[in-house]
Amino acid sequence: MDAGITIDGIAAIGAGLAAVGAGIGIGRIGGSALESMARQPEMMGDIRTNMIIAAALVEGVALFGVVVALLQG
Amino acid sequence: MMYSTFKKTSALFLFFTIISLTVFGNYHEGDTQDSISINDSVNIDENQTQDSIPINDRINIDENQTQDSIPLNDSVNIIKSEKSEIYNPVPDIMHHISDAHEWHFWGEGESSVTLPLPIILWTEKGLVGPFLSSEFHHNDDGNHIVEKNGLKLIKIHGKIFILNEGETQAEFDKLHHVTNASSPLDFSITKNAASLILAFFLLIILFGISGSKAKKSNGAPKGILAILEPLVLFVRDDIVKPNIPHGYQKFLPYLLTLFFFILMNNLLGLLPGSANVTGNIAVTLVLSVITLIVTNISGNKSYWGHIFKPPGVPLALMPIMIPIEIVGIFTKPFALMIRLFANISAGHIIILSLISLIFMAQSGLGNIGAWSISPVAVAFVLFMDLIEVLVAFLQAYIFTLLTALFIGLATEEAH
Repeated sequence: MDAGITIDGIAAIGAGLAAVGAGIGIGRIGGSALESMARQPEMMGDIRTNMIIAAALVEGVALFGVVVALLQG
Repeated sequence: MMYSTFKKTSALFLFFTIISLTVFGNYHEGDTQDSISINDSVNIDENQTQDSIPINDRINIDENQTQDSIPLNDSVNIIKSEKSEIYNPVPDIMHHISDAHEWHFWGEGESSVTLPLPIILWTEKGLVGPFLSSEFHHNDDGNHIVEKNGLKLIKIHGKIFILNEGETQAEFDKLHHVTNASSPLDFSITKNAASLILAFFLLIILFGISGSKAKKSNGAPKGILAILEPLVLFVRDDIVKPNIPHGYQKFLPYLLTLFFFILMNNLLGLLPGSANVTGNIAVTLVLSVITLIVTNISGNKSYWGHIFKPPGVPLALMPIMIPIEIVGIFTKPFALMIRLFANISAGHIIILSLISLIFMAQSGLGNIGAWSISPVAVAFVLFMDLIEVLVAFLQAYIFTLLTALFIGLATEEAH
């Protein structure tokens, strides 16, 4: 009960950190995918599919953080 | 081949709808502590607005405990007075994304425009209802008592409770949980269930028409079929075939159903005033549990071999590896569930937050503030709405793709 005020803040910070992590992850995935597409345009379809899968997996982890933050505050 | 696919897909839509409806009942059953309940936080938040001083309750506790720390209380009072002026959007946003017993369109209280929906309860005294939710007269904080079969029913934040014997009024504890009432098994056709049924009929009509057209025509597809056939072929050729190398035909109807079910509900959820079906954890739970069952039933010898006798792992590591592999069976569908739920809910929350900016500016800065922020907010809402259309497709794609991937891994031949 003492920590009633701070818990709200911590949940928001947690959600923010999750977003930062996902941003870094998805940014790296997108960047690498673009580079490899530029290098081998004929593999574009495969690379795009794998990029979306990897991005979805990263995003899933970030969304765990968001859900926890949502439940907490 | 096309026609039978359409037929099987239609049958699966019905199956999904029925299963989801059953789970709604259990989801509504109450017991706010266990279920992953957004409603819980709604309760707390709405309590705050009723006092219109957001952190008031908690501050009071602090004051009691640390009475000598006056500077803290002073600073808290400043925060308190500032916060009480500005409109707090959280309760309204949570109300919009959570399920309800009536379909609310616009307006407040008695003058609001809502579509009443049937309430069906299973209580100690047997079946209660169906009766329409309009009997509660838009009351959502437990003050209006409806008597049915000698039971006193009240509705608090979209949940039905039965008042205990001899009680005449709902009482609440500090966290705004009701203390003198129990919750029945709730099988009502709620807003989400009604939207699910709507989506079911839309899909049946779309696929029925397309199916009969596909059966007749030999040339290029026309009309609805011209929209659906490329999507069906996309799912078959780009999602299912590359990921399930052996016997993809068996899983194609399920995966097509999954794709169109999620897509239709995502798109319906974007319409103003609609329900948040795929942003409801009960719906995504059903979808992921079906994926779990399909994956494990179709799993072959090498799939189970990788779980219970991981190849190339030293014997000493087995006690660690096997539990990890067993947990792995469940984490994959669990991630699917959370991903769809959180993506859709988060999208709705963002759109509603941007709309709330107008009302926050209005309460803080007056009408001039509201007018000046409106163009910005509307532009951002439009932008987010279009992003959400993309997300609606993307999430349907991802869910189907990952399900196909899991099935593909489970049916892969040993090498």
